[in-house]
Amino acid sequence: MDNTITYREAVREAIRKAMREDERVFLIGEDVGNYGGSYAVSRGLLDEFGRERIIDTPLSESAFTGAGIGAAMNGMRPIVEIMTVNFSLLALDQIINNAASMLHMSGGQFNVPLVIRMATGVGNQLGAQHSHSLEGWLSYIVGVKVLTPATVQDAYDMIGLALSDPDPVLVFENSLLYNSKGSLDTKSTPIPIGKALVHRPGKDITILTYGINLFKALEAAETLAKDGIDAEVIDLRSLRPLDDETIMKSVAKTHRVVIVDDGWKSGSISAEIMARINEQAFYELDAPMARVCTLEVPLPYAKHLEDAAIVQVDKIVDTTKKVMVQS
Amino acid sequence: MELDLTKAKEFYSKMLLIRRFEERCVEFYSKQKIRGFLHLYIGEEAIAVGIMNALTPEDAVLATYREHGQALAKGVSANSIMAELFGKQEGTSRGRGGSMHLFDANTRFYGGTAIVAGGLPLAVGMALADKMMKRNRVTVCMFGDGAVAEGEFHESLNLAALWNLPVLFVCENNRYAMGTALNLTESETDIYKKAASYKIDSKQIDGMDVVEVAKAASRAVEDIKDGKGPLFLECLTYRFRAHSMFDAELYREKVEVEEWKEKGPLVVFQKRLEEMGLWSEMDVKELEDEIKTIIDEAVEFAENGTLEPIEDLEKFVYSEVSNG
Repeated sequence: MDNTITYREAVREAIRKAMREDERVFLIGEDVGNYGGSYAVSRGLLDEFGRERIIDTPLSESAFTGAGIGAAMNGMRPIVEIMTVNFSLLALDQIINNAASMLHMSGGQFNVPLVIRMATGVGNQLGAQHSHSLEGWLSYIVGVKVLTPATVQDAYDMIGLALSDPDPVLVFENSLLYNSKGSLDTKSTPIPIGKALVHRPGKDITILTYGINLFKALEAAETLAKDGIDAEVIDLRSLRPLDDETIMKSVAKTHRVVIVDDGWKSGSISAEIMARINEQAFYELDAPMARVCTLEVPLPYAKHLEDAAIVQVDKIVDTTKKVMVQS
Repeated sequence: MELDLTKAKEFYSKMLLIRRFEERCVEFYSKQKIRGFLHLYIGEEAIAVGIMNALTPEDAVLATYREHGQALAKGVSANSIMAELFGKQEGTSRGRGGSMHLFDANTRFYGGTAIVAGGLPLAVGMALADKMMKRNRVTVCMFGDGAVAEGEFHESLNLAALWNLPVLFVCENNRYAMGTALNLTESETDIYKKAASYKIDSKQIDGMDVVEVAKAASRAVEDIKDGKGPLFLECLTYRFRAHSMFDAELYREKVEVEEWKEKGPLVVFQKRLEEMGLWSEMDVKELEDEIKTIIDEAVEFAENGTLEPIEDLEKFVYSEVSNG
């Protein structure tokens, strides 16, 4: 079966499928029921599965995330929806001190098969408390896995992968991708957690990215191609674990690297990736690595300021060209 | 709950086991066999023993970081607790948890939480799972008075009441959050009243009296299993020892501690048994000997335990079964 649907529908279909197949799966979060999800992902699910399994919560991120953890420890397969990544900060105690630590702290006795979905991303003029990209930062946490679906196929596949994983998985859905369309094959075998994907093979330079910036990077690659630069674009897909193998293989092929990261530069996932390339593939490099990140400001509201702060196609193009001439 | 000689012996010996176990812990802390933070339960034994008496093996307990007594009362073996304190592989958490993180799947003992209100949301989730799967079980969540100031306390009580969940909240109010007295941190020091504001049936009881705790717990667990939703017990108690082994106890007068010791759970229980004429039937010497044997064995078990190999250090960060 092959069909074209939106990213939003892909996530919804994955949740619906999981809930039909496994009575232990339930969805819990703010506005997931009557409202239909703040980004309309869960619209219609309340009618099909009822209030017992599509559970509206009060504004209590810590408690309902913790409740998800407790339910997971007691045999369920909860999907916790956190409205935006900014609100996840209220649940960090539960995510770090309980979900991520439980298996180790209990000497292997209690695993936490939990999925936490969050909307993330910048570019909607939502200001500093509703539009950040903290997935790189949350991927710092040992004990969780961090997925960043960019495509419709991954939006669908990753929910299933996350639910079948015995450990806590954080899934970051970029809010600007919900309306994007793509082809979905529900019968294909999903690419496992922890595997990156070469989206556009190229020989001159490697552009590493994830989430919505995959599409900006692909657009940049087309522009670069007109100037004779053949960029390889890699969708990291999973920020924890990172796919070192695919990254290093590409570096060994192109010898040049640009990382496109929605987070701030300091202490970001791009910093981690640069460090790994330095450790594992330094002598493959023909030029210093570069990166395109969000400027180090809390995200501003005004359109021109926001545009200037965040990753843009022309910034990727310019940065890539600079790296190309440094060799 | 009927208090006969058998029950009396059981209560007394369990409280005594916790007391003696922890006294031995102090010895081994001084000898540096036990390290890290060590929070003693001495003075609060009646709560753990009274609460756990009401539970079946199927009921779950989430505990605090002062949980040796809670673990022993739930049935976690003294051997595995002592081995954990010694940092051995045979310990409850293979040496990864220590005093604050005892876990035991066999007795459904879910820690061991060192972030004071962090266990409350978990208890809500555990109970939610039981309700969804129609399992007639109770989840007991133990926490101290310090936890009451955290947002998670209020968020969790609200959810438990809203969803009518089978959870028993047990607040061990020992009057001090580490070194700060309750009246310096709370506008309302009767904690059960806070719980009542969430429409949870709440009681304040004497946490020094094992019989009172046991009666209240049995009634509460029965009601919860009858579908009456969450219940809340505030157990008034006192810890005789410092907050942890690092605490110089500058915040309270020695005379206050001495006054409370006279109201201690073992003293109170002895008086009660004397009044009932059961005390003369108790062979305390025999109980002490039995307990000494249990603890000696636990120490030997811990001493002879093995160290988790360094090669296994990174085990249990993620599950070994990969997703299929």
